[in-house]
Amino acid sequence: MAAAMGFRYWMRKRVSPFNLVVLLFTLVFMAFFLFPFYWQLTTAVRTSENLTRIPPQFFPNPIDMHRFVNIFQKTTFPISIRNSLIIALFTTAICLSFSVLSSYAIARLNVPGSKAIMFIVLVISMLPGVSIIGPLYLVFKNAGIINTRLCLVIAYTAFFLPFAMWFLSSFFRTIPPDLEEAATIDGCTPLQALLKIIIPLSTPAVFTILMMIFINSWNEFLFAFTFTSSDQIRTYPVGLIMFRGLWNVPWGDLCAGSVVVATPIVLLVLVAQRYIIQGLTAGAMKG
Amino acid sequence: MAVRGRRQRVKGQGLSRTELGVVLIVPSLLLIALVSLYPFFRTLWNSLHSIRLNVPAAGQPFVGIKNYVTLFGTARFLNSLALTFLFAVSFVSLQLMVGLAIAQVLNMKFKLRALVRATILIPWAMALVITAILWQWMYNAVFGIINAMFVGIGILKAPIDFLGISGLSAYFSVMAVELWQNTPFMAIILLAGLQGIPSELYEAAKIDGAGRWVSLWRITVPQLKHAILVALLFRSIDAIRAFDLLFVMTQGGPGTATEIGSLYSYKLLFTFLDFGRGSASTMVMSVITIALAILYIKVISTKD
Repeated sequence: MAAAMGFRYWMRKRVSPFNLVVLLFTLVFMAFFLFPFYWQLTTAVRTSENLTRIPPQFFPNPIDMHRFVNIFQKTTFPISIRNSLIIALFTTAICLSFSVLSSYAIARLNVPGSKAIMFIVLVISMLPGVSIIGPLYLVFKNAGIINTRLCLVIAYTAFFLPFAMWFLSSFFRTIPPDLEEAATIDGCTPLQALLKIIIPLSTPAVFTILMMIFINSWNEFLFAFTFTSSDQIRTYPVGLIMFRGLWNVPWGDLCAGSVVVATPIVLLVLVAQRYIIQGLTAGAMKG
Repeated sequence: MAVRGRRQRVKGQGLSRTELGVVLIVPSLLLIALVSLYPFFRTLWNSLHSIRLNVPAAGQPFVGIKNYVTLFGTARFLNSLALTFLFAVSFVSLQLMVGLAIAQVLNMKFKLRALVRATILIPWAMALVITAILWQWMYNAVFGIINAMFVGIGILKAPIDFLGISGLSAYFSVMAVELWQNTPFMAIILLAGLQGIPSELYEAAKIDGAGRWVSLWRITVPQLKHAILVALLFRSIDAIRAFDLLFVMTQGGPGTATEIGSLYSYKLLFTFLDFGRGSASTMVMSVITIALAILYIKVISTKD
């Protein structure tokens, strides 16, 4: 519908061959990006007979919602979702607190060698996960917190801290120091200045970091897969993998489960795209 | 700036600003040191020892660089290294080209532009596990929609197992998934770069009689150099670290046709329980990643 309207608009206004090529290209890449989601959703609502029909129905008929009921009533998937949510929320809150304090120190408090610290910390954050996973497993095991939500919160907090520190400290530096100076003269301590001046002025940056940490910890797989072993602790990406039996892959259930956990992320992206784009493009812009 | 006074005491806290700064930053650094830095050096240590978890009686003798020597004489390791490079270079450059085209479209003014921009962000935000499951189902050898489409339009006579029939088929199948998941990131980064190009440059070129193609190569690409470099480096680092997608979708198969370095290392560690060689293998990948990371951070820190 929208595409048709857009098409008529193009025809009327400026129908050059170039614009036509652009329009076609746009339609093709939109179809490419969106079709898998359509297929995911329509697979989830197919009846079992229609799931193995050749060729598959493009529009599923009849619509069958039993899988959504199934995965909530007969599997441990709801527990996985709850675990993912708890871990992502705690990671976001803790990582945000740590990064606000340390970014303030880097940006404003003359910490010796702060540039070098930032550099090293950023390099560390880009190491391949497999290069630390073995010893980290033993660290958590020796500390007695392997296979707990806590160990994932600790790991994720440490992984996302460097980016958060880099992003926030760059943002804090753009805030004019005069404001803080004035507050200091009025008797504010640096922590009060951070709380009352810097943070309120950095709301968009803080929100961006919040989004990035939440999405990344919500989606993480490698560490969750390696460090958790029980249904009670597993996060949803691991839970989805566990759906797969040895011989039989329940594609309908997998798609239904994916729809459930993908929906909040889709909504988040649609609502907060401006902030996410800021997080993605930090560094790409010449400062 | 008075705020910067190094010796200045902070009212009522008895700490200088520098001391307060250290107090605020130390918890973060300790956490990063414990969770990332210590395990990394431990992996380095492991890579210089023979550690076979399934043969505990053998102990953990120091073997110097023997693990590395063995690895570089192992065809499967060299294959994984070559595949890591092949995948990183070919996937990232394809994503760059398609991403640039999409960024150009998003830089035009049209109705629904915000919607299109938000739409392409969604694949980026998907968990790789979901992406892997979704595409695996679409590639399904019997009931998959892609088989149905290809048979329907006559490209294929009968359904095939895209991810299993041959290395080449798996390679192109994975390429499509990578294109789907990661092109949005490219497009968004390049769009930010495009929006920073002054429109006067294009107007001047137009007056001089330059066509779109000439403008693209003479203005857009040079002006985008920084954004392209950032996107290329970041995506390459990510491609070398990549694990989830292939682990779920192909597990390195068919055979070892998609077994990139991270998968091979993971198998050495947790399937073969050979922590010495597994660690050595991840160290080789780490060295490459660190080199690219240093370059990347230098690039994003330059201001001019």
